Amino acid sequence: MNIDLPSYLDQSEAVKKRFDELKKREVLLDVQNLDKDYITRKGSVTALNKVNFKAFRREFISVIGPSGCGKSTLIRILAGLEDPTGGQVLLDGEPISGPCPQRGMVFQNYTLFPWRTVKKNVMFGLEMAGGSGTEIESEAKQWIDLVGLSKFENAYPNQLSGGMKQRVAIARALANKPRILLMDEPFGALDAQTRANMQSHLLQIWKNINITILFITHDLDEAIYLSDRILVLKAHPGEVQEVIEVPVSRPRSPEQFLNPEFIATKNRLEELIHPKSDKESEELNIVRMTNVNDNIE
Amino acid sequence: MSSGSNWFAIRKELTPSQSTFLTGLSFLLPVLLWCAVSYVPWIWHPMVEIQNKGDVSYFREGRLVKKDVFQRENNKMLEAGKTLALGKPANPIYLPPPHQVAKAMYTGFTTKPRRKGEPWLHESLLHSAKIIFWGFTLSSLIGVPLGILAGCYSFFKKLFEPFIEFFRYLPAPAFGALAVAILGIYDAPKVSIIFIGTFFQQVLVISNTTSKLEVSLIEAAQTLGANRIQMLTRVVIPGILPNLYKDLRILLGWAWTYLIVAEIVGTSTGITWFINQQAKYRIYENVYAAIFMIGFIGLATDLILGWIGDRLFPWENARKGTQEGVLSRMFSSITKYLRSLTSKTASS
Ligand SMILES: Nc1ncnc2c1ncn2[C@@H]1O[C@H](COP(=O)(O)OP(=O)(O)OP(=O)(O)O)[C@@H](O)[C@H]1O
Ligand SMILES: [Mg+2]
Repeated sequence: MNIDLPSYLDQSEAVKKRFDELKKREVLLDVQNLDKDYITRKGSVTALNKVNFKAFRREFISVIGPSGCGKSTLIRILAGLEDPTGGQVLLDGEPISGPCPQRGMVFQNYTLFPWRTVKKNVMFGLEMAGGSGTEIESEAKQWIDLVGLSKFENAYPNQLSGGMKQRVAIARALANKPRILLMDEPFGALDAQTRANMQSHLLQIWKNINITILFITHDLDEAIYLSDRILVLKAHPGEVQEVIEVPVSRPRSPEQFLNPEFIATKNRLEELIHPKSDKESEELNIVRMTNVNDNIE
Repeated sequence: MSSGSNWFAIRKELTPSQSTFLTGLSFLLPVLLWCAVSYVPWIWHPMVEIQNKGDVSYFREGRLVKKDVFQRENNKMLEAGKTLALGKPANPIYLPPPHQVAKAMYTGFTTKPRRKGEPWLHESLLHSAKIIFWGFTLSSLIGVPLGILAGCYSFFKKLFEPFIEFFRYLPAPAFGALAVAILGIYDAPKVSIIFIGTFFQQVLVISNTTSKLEVSLIEAAQTLGANRIQMLTRVVIPGILPNLYKDLRILLGWAWTYLIVAEIVGTSTGITWFINQQAKYRIYENVYAAIFMIGFIGLATDLILGWIGDRLFPWENARKGTQEGVLSRMFSSITKYLRSLTSKTASS
């Protein structure tokens, strides 16, 4: 099966046009020369080194890279939960400092408030902003509808499945009407089926509201399926290796997983994240530990 | 199937009926031991209760004497050819049999105090409960906020905890004399002993509970726009509330253990006064009854608080530990039964 694949750099007319339009939109997030060193007892660890990239308004941008390359560090800096050692981040041209509801965050480990019902969780940000009463309640209900959990608005988080919890977390972040939604491996803990559902659901949400999404994952299919562009990081130190424009047309559907441009992009990501030399060194030398002669191969 | 009847599986839950059985047994075993020692004549019984004093001049009917004394006196009588004393084996006066103690649980309340102006048993108990209440409440009013602050902010943690770590090793009763000098001889010094015994542990325990709140909840709240004060009032406090409540339940138990030392500070009062008084009169069944009452009151308050807690924090229910399951199950079945009784009487 050695079909000639197109290069991941080849874009169809429609895709090219999309990217031209995308890049004409205003720059929403501008990451400039971001450095992050962690000081530990054993010395300092460089988690991020001169990271530069831009995200345009309503873009869906993913970040992938090997474990420990600084993906979480990057998104935590963007969320304001961590201060960079150097460089700066501009949101709508303004430098960011500290956490702010303008930059909503969805964490991998749900982080719903267990003492609040689904509705109250979604109302949290609105309450913090000084809202109260039926006004914010009906607003929260709209967001719960959007993620399809109207039936569960009075349930407590521990009565929900993982996928449902993550949908509440998304609704909770969106209720603040953020400029950008930061998601750190939000579907990492979900089973394959739920995960696939959540992916199409997220695309639906993204399509229907004015939001830019920065999405961290280590699942290559997920990154390609969801994103306009993919930021590939490498580890030690965390640096941007390449920014890939996904040549798969929109609207996306799971059938596209088998498209040549999808596979070409995936191959390219594989190359970047698991270079050949790495794979060979992973060959295991396994000693035979059984005398039984069943022919299992 | 086989796992259903397995009593000894490491870190496995027992079935509800097994748990209930063992809970009953844990109370039954000591009681059975006590019954055996009390009612089986050849187990222990080092004394003799005089039934007929015979010609021994100083014996009195109903009195207890040591076995060897009884034997010696009867030997003397035998040599002198006089009438022997009669008696039956008995336990020392300080070990009354269960039925007497059980009776004392009731008669303790119905017996008039010996001297005028002295409190009845229920008044003594109430007085003790009052001391505990004030000591614990005052301690909590200061200790809970300090604990939460220390658990939230490294600043307060470093400021409070080193001194408290030192102070909590000082035994609360050691402050008795000081407390009397400063606060007089009535209730204030007693309350202060309960306070000292509770407060320092309380700050540390609550600080620890607070610092165990998941950081990611705090971070999530930050990204949702909570400011510092909201973080404390809307995230930290509701987040730790169920555990805080559990801590307070445990600490309340500790406060009870300081009760007796507290009540002999200054003028002796409350249940301690009652116990000492009854011991002086050598009515030991009353002493036991009073001691057990402290236990029952402690256990009952804890069960009631646990039961209330289950209703206060409905989101905790699904992952509630099974540790307290048996007792609270027993308790809620009792309340269910009582409720059915009251509804029956109401309808008839
Ligand atoms: N608080 C910290 N103190 C010291 N070093 C840290 C800290 N947080 C992260 N690091 C280091 O920084 C590097 C990047 O960590 P980060 O968590 O951002 O990686 P990641 O790409 O999110 O990994 P993963 O895919 O496993 O989630 C790692 O080498 C990690 O050991
Ligand atoms: Mg990570």
